[in-house]
Amino acid sequence: MQRNYNHTTIVTIEKVIDETPTVRTLVFSDDVMPSVLPGQFAMVWIPGINELPMSVMISDESGKAAFTVRKHGVASTGLFNVKVGQQIGIRGPYGNSFDLKEGKLLLVGGGTGLVPMMRLLTHVKHTDDVTVLIGAKSKNEVFFEELANRLLTNNTHKVIVSTDDGSYGEKGFVTDLVEKHLNQTKYDAVYVCGPEIMMYKTVQSAHSRGVFVQASLERMMKCGVGICGSCCMGEDLVCKDGTVFDGEHLSQNKEFGNYHRNKAGILENY
Amino acid sequence: MEPDLTTSIGPIQLNKPVMLASGILGISLDVFNRLYRSGAGAVVTKSLSTEPWEGYPNPTIFSVKGGGWINAVGLSNPGAENFAKMIEPNKDVPIIVSLVGSIPEDFEKMIQQFENCKVAAYELNLSCPHVAKVGLEVGDDPELVKKIVSTVKNSTNVPVIAKVGLGTTHYLNTVGTAIESGIDAITAINTVRAMAIDVETQRPILSNKFGGLSGTPIKPIALRCVYEISSKYDIPIIGCGGISTWEDAVEFFLAGASAIQLGSAIGDNWIDVFDEINTGILQYMEKKNYSKIKEMVGLAKKL
Ligand SMILES: Cc1cc2nc3c(=O)[nH]c(=O)nc-3n(C[C@H](O)[C@H](O)[C@H](O)COP(=O)(O)OP(=O)(O)OC[C@H]3O[C@@H](n4cnc5c(N)ncnc54)[C@H](O)[C@@H]3O)c2cc1C
Ligand SMILES: Cc1cc2nc3c(=O)[nH]c(=O)nc-3n(C[C@H](O)[C@H](O)[C@H](O)COP(=O)(O)O)c2cc1C
Ligand code: FES
Repeated sequence: MQRNYNHTTIVTIEKVIDETPTVRTLVFSDDVMPSVLPGQFAMVWIPGINELPMSVMISDESGKAAFTVRKHGVASTGLFNVKVGQQIGIRGPYGNSFDLKEGKLLLVGGGTGLVPMMRLLTHVKHTDDVTVLIGAKSKNEVFFEELANRLLTNNTHKVIVSTDDGSYGEKGFVTDLVEKHLNQTKYDAVYVCGPEIMMYKTVQSAHSRGVFVQASLERMMKCGVGICGSCCMGEDLVCKDGTVFDGEHLSQNKEFGNYHRNKAGILENY
Repeated sequence: MEPDLTTSIGPIQLNKPVMLASGILGISLDVFNRLYRSGAGAVVTKSLSTEPWEGYPNPTIFSVKGGGWINAVGLSNPGAENFAKMIEPNKDVPIIVSLVGSIPEDFEKMIQQFENCKVAAYELNLSCPHVAKVGLEVGDDPELVKKIVSTVKNSTNVPVIAKVGLGTTHYLNTVGTAIESGIDAITAINTVRAMAIDVETQRPILSNKFGGLSGTPIKPIALRCVYEISSKYDIPIIGCGGISTWEDAVEFFLAGASAIQLGSAIGDNWIDVFDEINTGILQYMEKKNYSKIKEMVGLAKKL
């Protein structure tokens, strides 16, 4: 019987990879999650603790998928602390995915926003010329640089890291690098996922130059299925209409880049 | 005569009989506008309290294998005051403001906060089954229902609806009490108290353990309640619970409802469901030669 993606499936964590002191990748076997589309997410239940939305990370091994989590509040710390052999519940995949364009591609990611970018890299054509920009605060927060290079072995490609404090790679904000690259090269598509301000600036830079751009957004998500309304952003329900939106659409949305809603549904500034 | 979808629920006039139920996508004016354009005759807001509530931690919603959903979002809401400010610019959408509280003064205070808003009606949530001291706990207390309904009726000229559900006090008695206290209409029903346990990890799934069952499994129960209310009392009724097709909607009209609300169907079919149901109702009316919804309201009781 085909799995109903709304029903919680219990999976066991088989491997835990420390990416940075605060970021871990938890690997598990599953029938559905290994082949989700880039941009799609799952609702992840940590029994007794919480449930939260997570992009579905790729795994090197077939039949496996992963979550890459940054330790933050109760829910994400709960997931971060899950040990090999422990069980978690997953439902999904939810949400739409990036439109795959061909040619010169620019991928921009920050923090765990790199997760959908890594999956996107598994979908590029070998003829694509791919540039990946990774933004981080400082050297010890950089991860997935080597993975990105490995996934692009057969492509013309560049992976460039920037750190806010200059402790690794280029110094400065990744959005400045985005500007620089957009000025130098005519890209066929720009994809971004990371902190809202990074996405906002990237979308602006690309869209204002008429370059196709898509961002995968985050909002408070309680249900993930378009019932509770907690993820609304203007008229859009991010869990159902997104999480991927294109620049044209986002430029019409007055909340993008400015506001998000907290757990009570009150608008807060970014 | 060409059939049309207009309907009236006592003093409340709507262009279309299918409304958005409380608590579903109901936290922003932009989304209300979108749902209105998608064919909703009115939207009911998330139940609002005097203060903002974060609600329960996740998991707050669970999809039942046999169909339907169990939710315990815990009435998370931005609070009446914040919400009133947000909907103040509204001109077009018939918005029904759902309120939740423990004492008559809570409701009185919140209604004042909506003074500058265009409100089509208030819906008093006397039936949420998973939050202490409000909702069903209030609905189960006839004295409190009496006080709240009469206080609210005295503090506004806007029509007031009471939303009832299955509690320890028989909902027919709650309906009776609300009618005696001057209520304009009844919405029936809310979710039905329920739970889910995961067999692998052997624990309740929802953080609150208990939640409310909604969606197709409760439709026959909701239909029975509407039929019973309309058989016993002469009061306009809004049917709610598990409606997902035009046939479901028509069943509720035949049982005595003048309009319907839906929520869970959106999680299953997304917001096109409003248009689909409206179209289906119209075609049924053409086939049966009805020009107004009211011609079919309560017909099943006559046979
Ligand atoms: C589609 C999507 C994919 C995501 N993918 C990843 C990922 O791959 N890796 C990762 O580490 N994080 C991811 N997140 C973020 C993650 O879900 C949490 O928001 C974050 O880990 C903080 O949660 P917390 O409860 O631990 O923190 P808290 O301290 O409780 O909350 C901090 C802030 O996080 C946000 N938040 C909290 N709970 C939720 C929730 N249920 N839904 C959305 N935002 C919430 C709120 O803005 C809150 O103010 C994703 C979020 C979304 C919406
Ligand atoms: C996630 C969710 C939140 C809800 N929140 C409220 C609420 O705040 N107030 C209320 O009166 N009913 C609330 N309800 C109940 C619905 O309004 C409705 O009565 C119930 O879901 C049955 O209708 P349905 O089967 O069409 O969903 C909620 C239901 C769900 C699923
Ligand atoms: S998370 Fe509930 S509607 Fe999007």
